[in-house]
Amino acid sequence: MSPLHLCLALSAALFCTGLVAVLIRGNAILVLLGVELMLNAANLNFLAFWRFGPGGGEAGLVFVLFSIAVAAAEAAVGMALVIAVHRHLRSIRIADANRLKG
Amino acid sequence: MTTLLAVLALICLAPAVAAVLVRNLIHSALLFVLAWLGLAAFYLALGAEFVAFAQALVYVGGVSMVALFAVLLTRPGRTDLLPPPSAARAVGGLAAVSLVASMLASSLFWSRLPSMEPTAPIPLRRLGELLAGPYLVAVLLVGLILTVALIGGLLLAAPRRPAEGADA
Amino acid sequence: MLHASHLWLIPALPLLAAAVGAAAPRTARRLPVALALGAIIGSFLLSLAALAGALAAPAAKLTANFTWFWAGSTAVRLGWLLDPLGALMSVLVCGVSVLVFIFSTAYLRDDPRLGRFFTCLSLFVAAMLGLLVANSLLLLLVCWELVGLASYLLIGFWFERPAAAAAAKKAFITTRLGDLGFLLGLLWLFHATGSSLFYDGGAGVLEGGALERLAATTLPGGWTAATGIGLLLFAGAVGKSGQFPLHVWLPDAMEGPTPVSALIHAATMVAAGVFLVARVFPLMAADQGLGGVPVHALTAVAVIGSVTALLGALLAVAQTDIKRVLAYSTVSQLGYMMLAVGVGAWEAAVFHLITHACFKALLFLGSGSVIHAAHHEQDARRLGGLATRMRFTYVTFLLGTGALIGLPLVFSGFWSKEAVLHAAELWPVSHLPFLAGLAGVVLTAFYMTRLVSETFLGRARGDGAAHAHESPRAMTLSLAVLAVASVAAGWIGTPAWPWLQSQLTGAPVAAHGLGEGLGLMILSTVLVGAGIAAGGWMYAHSPRADDRAPDPLARRFPGVFAALVARLWIDEFYAATVGRLLRGAAALAAWLERWVWGGLVSLTGRVAETTGEVNRAIDEDGLNTGFDRASDGLRDAAQRYSRAQTGEVQGYLRAVVVGLAVLALLLVWGGIR
Repeated sequence: MSPLHLCLALSAALFCTGLVAVLIRGNAILVLLGVELMLNAANLNFLAFWRFGPGGGEAGLVFVLFSIAVAAAEAAVGMALVIAVHRHLRSIRIADANRLKG
Repeated sequence: MTTLLAVLALICLAPAVAAVLVRNLIHSALLFVLAWLGLAAFYLALGAEFVAFAQALVYVGGVSMVALFAVLLTRPGRTDLLPPPSAARAVGGLAAVSLVASMLASSLFWSRLPSMEPTAPIPLRRLGELLAGPYLVAVLLVGLILTVALIGGLLLAAPRRPAEGADA
Repeated sequence: MLHASHLWLIPALPLLAAAVGAAAPRTARRLPVALALGAIIGSFLLSLAALAGALAAPAAKLTANFTWFWAGSTAVRLGWLLDPLGALMSVLVCGVSVLVFIFSTAYLRDDPRLGRFFTCLSLFVAAMLGLLVANSLLLLLVCWELVGLASYLLIGFWFERPAAAAAAKKAFITTRLGDLGFLLGLLWLFHATGSSLFYDGGAGVLEGGALERLAATTLPGGWTAATGIGLLLFAGAVGKSGQFPLHVWLPDAMEGPTPVSALIHAATMVAAGVFLVARVFPLMAADQGLGGVPVHALTAVAVIGSVTALLGALLAVAQTDIKRVLAYSTVSQLGYMMLAVGVGAWEAAVFHLITHACFKALLFLGSGSVIHAAHHEQDARRLGGLATRMRFTYVTFLLGTGALIGLPLVFSGFWSKEAVLHAAELWPVSHLPFLAGLAGVVLTAFYMTRLVSETFLGRARGDGAAHAHESPRAMTLSLAVLAVASVAAGWIGTPAWPWLQSQLTGAPVAAHGLGEGLGLMILSTVLVGAGIAAGGWMYAHSPRADDRAPDPLARRFPGVFAALVARLWIDEFYAATVGRLLRGAAALAAWLERWVWGGLVSLTGRVAETTGEVNRAIDEDGLNTGFDRASDGLRDAAQRYSRAQTGEVQGYLRAVVVGLAVLALLLVWGGIR
């Protein structure tokens, strides 16, 4: 198994792990952390193709940097939203935030 | 190389899976931190030192702290019970598992990607020149986004002022 | 010493205080008061520094001009002007303001809107000071309107009282009539000279070149542009200074709190008209009469001034409200000032302005002290006997009275009035202003003697007067300072030492001793004595027994007295002419509204009504049933489908993931390769 394959496999596994966290955990904080994990998986793909891919160049690496920065912003806003939801509903169970139901 | 990467991949993946399954919220968050740390080590082994340090700083130093604070502030109790099993959840889980299977299969066995020699790592100096040169506008925009996120987070999380006329 | 470019600080301080005071919460009552007091004291010190700077070079017009904005290629420029006239007036305004502010803290101590009062006062002082240091007619007009606004706010300060609200409106609208002339004059001047700056290193409108051009431009009818502009600007001064045709607002303005009457409607704002005419004096005097016909703006000023001086004094004779007597007296004294400007002695006018500001502020504050002590009784018929109960107020009031009627040699009013009368005597055009001035002297002495006798002497004729006590320290302190100023302010401009006149004109005025005007002084002293004797004989000698007893003057000259009480029917005349004209126009508009436009409107309404009727028939009978059935079906379907919307994010996400998984499986098994 080549290093590229290994990286892609890890990336896929991490992405699925994050996805499972988002789908089955009831706590909004863990859902957010799962989203972060999925973002990390995507970053890993960028790095893998930067290092072992055909093109060379540096765009993949730089893109990962920006992705991390944006992920940090997303985490900050997300956690603020969690706190706002908690204040509003007295709960951070994501199933309780269902006011838009039909 | 491959062996090292494989070991690191396991170090990274195992806490992530555990984090999803463990019940205690604090433990779960800490396991996520461990997974990110492993990922940073993986980046280091890949030859992306700067990204590795950024990963460690942002996730281990920043996001995890925010998450822990959120946990403490919202105080949801000691354990986060998994919701009772339901048909919808079963469907979701199945779909996720099949997705895992398909992606793993496609990437590992049916992929025809050539195995190439690794390209040369980018020296830090070159990276700095890139960020201050062609990507300058993007760097500035990211700074703007971070500022806006900071202010937005403050506005969202700050307690509402008591209504006009009510005694504070 | 204050440089001209820093002059803006003087009005800026009170303006800042007003802004902060306006923004302060209503519960913070002391904040605006403290701010206003601090700011006015700061401005006072600054204007003292400015005065020092101006007196160092009295003839030089120190200016600091700047461009406000460009309109096309025309620059609209504003600026600040430092000269003895403006600086002296600034010191005067600040000084009187400080005392009035201190007085007000006691006078309005229990008013719930104390903060608002001081905010408005600060705004007024800021605008007034801006008016004084402005080097641009435009800037002057802006401040001019701002003092009008502040005056409106303060006259209507007790806006719950209908009389106060009406008086505020009357003052605002009446002065606006004059301001229209001012604005037209400003536009004309700007059109003719391309500048609104007074002094601009030779290019200003009050400097040689522009004045010559204006005096050389002839209009149809033989007038020059200088005369036309001068008359228009004078119209503004007529409104603001309560001169004859537009004097009706000033007595009504006494509905405001007494400190406001003292500061705005006696000492400062109403003198702004005199200040304006003195400021643009070179323009007024530019046209010395073409072809030997002395038709220039100053003649009109002199005539209006003398009519006002006499009329105001006459009307003051029959008033019973203390403040109204003083208000008509103010009108009369402003007439004297205008008269002096008109006969060419603008420095005498400014002299009289300064002394008048001191003693009239004193008289008004004294009347405020009386009103405050007598539980807001301001009808002189129900006062009386206050001389023993309010000794301090009585003495200071007497000093102010002495200054106003011009008791010889000691009091300030004597010297300034002598300067005015002296100039009027020498006016070559006519002797009427001089005679009017002399008649005014007698009347002034008469009505002031009447006022003092009715208010302070005899027995108390009302409950308020019977239980009066001396006013608090803050009030008597202001009275004391102003009493000293009322006496001493005249010493800066005596014929033996004409310091003020030489500083104002920028050229040394020869001291000519007392000899030259001695005859006039003796004459006016005799006239003052006659007025006091007549007043004393009628009022002090046999004071009225109670508040319903007829006025002694009315017993002797019932017809004259009735006419004066009715204020010569001037208000009624305005109501019958201007008012009736407006009512006629309103009636016409109402008729048009009812029969012409109203018909159109009801026709339109009828058409719309018919259309609606037809519409309804089609709607209800034709379309409704079908639509009802269709919408019922839609609603049922929507209810069924809306059940799929659980509102749970994870549920939605699950659906997305299922779709994604199907897509991925298709790609992988279906042969992407």
